[in-house]
Amino acid sequence: MKSSVIIFPGSNCDRDMDVALKKFGFENQMVWHNDDEIPKSDLIVLPGGFSYGDYLRCGSIAGKSRIIKSVIDFANSGGLVLGICNGFQILTETGLLPGILQQNKYLNFICKNVFVKIKNKENKYFKNIKKEVLELHIAHNEGNYFCSNDELKSIQDNGQIAVTYCDDKGNDDENNNPNGAIKNIAGIFNKNKNILGMMPHPERMIDPFLSGEDGSLFFENLIGSM
Amino acid sequence: MKVKVIVTLKNGVLDPQGKAIQQTLNGMTFDNVLEVRQGKYFDIEVNENDENKAKSQVEEMCKKLLANLVIEDYKIL
Repeated sequence: MKSSVIIFPGSNCDRDMDVALKKFGFENQMVWHNDDEIPKSDLIVLPGGFSYGDYLRCGSIAGKSRIIKSVIDFANSGGLVLGICNGFQILTETGLLPGILQQNKYLNFICKNVFVKIKNKENKYFKNIKKEVLELHIAHNEGNYFCSNDELKSIQDNGQIAVTYCDDKGNDDENNNPNGAIKNIAGIFNKNKNILGMMPHPERMIDPFLSGEDGSLFFENLIGSM
Repeated sequence: MKVKVIVTLKNGVLDPQGKAIQQTLNGMTFDNVLEVRQGKYFDIEVNENDENKAKSQVEEMCKKLLANLVIEDYKIL
């Protein structure tokens, strides 16, 4: 399976993602934001970081970069596109995913491990993961997911909520909401479930000695379901 | 010509920075400040002498980049 990680000026989780993808068997290639075309891929990843210094709004400038047209074409033709953290912000700014990531409710940069509950397994990203709750890492200042009430209803009706913040038992209530995100949303799909954007970083949880292994479950399932 | 644009958060959208500014002002003895909403201001120099044309171009810019219409409104001054 071939994957491509897009590098924007200010991306800083691109190499972690490269390591993670290769560890679980992807043949990964790095693609520069100013290129016109993406080499043949089964998966495109928009990595975390601070593309273009988060100028204007997080992800807004990257959302208009030269490579993005190819990402949008690939996504619209059913290709798998994964956006982590800043990558999630870029996906909302391109309109591939609904809503927007606003500044965290209490104005603090949050960097810690969190638990997330898998809300929908009828997709390639979570299909064969046996656990219901994963421990992943978040590091963001703008992770407060927001959308209009109409949009929220449509997201819920179409099973587009991918993961929500919760405690280790899977309670995804307001007490376990780190950033003020509406309905504790940590990640969402598009309607067809081929595009996933999420704030938590699975690529930071792939080493039993340094972190944890719930990210490994994510990547093992992903390559296994393709 | 120059076109000025103000982008503000829509009513009802949480503005944590505005809230922090309001609380700071209250703490600085400006205790009659009830609410602060923070926005963005753009000064755009367009190579176009026709005011209507320039403004309609800036309107496109607002819709496509300067504002995110999910949470923001724009006003061309």
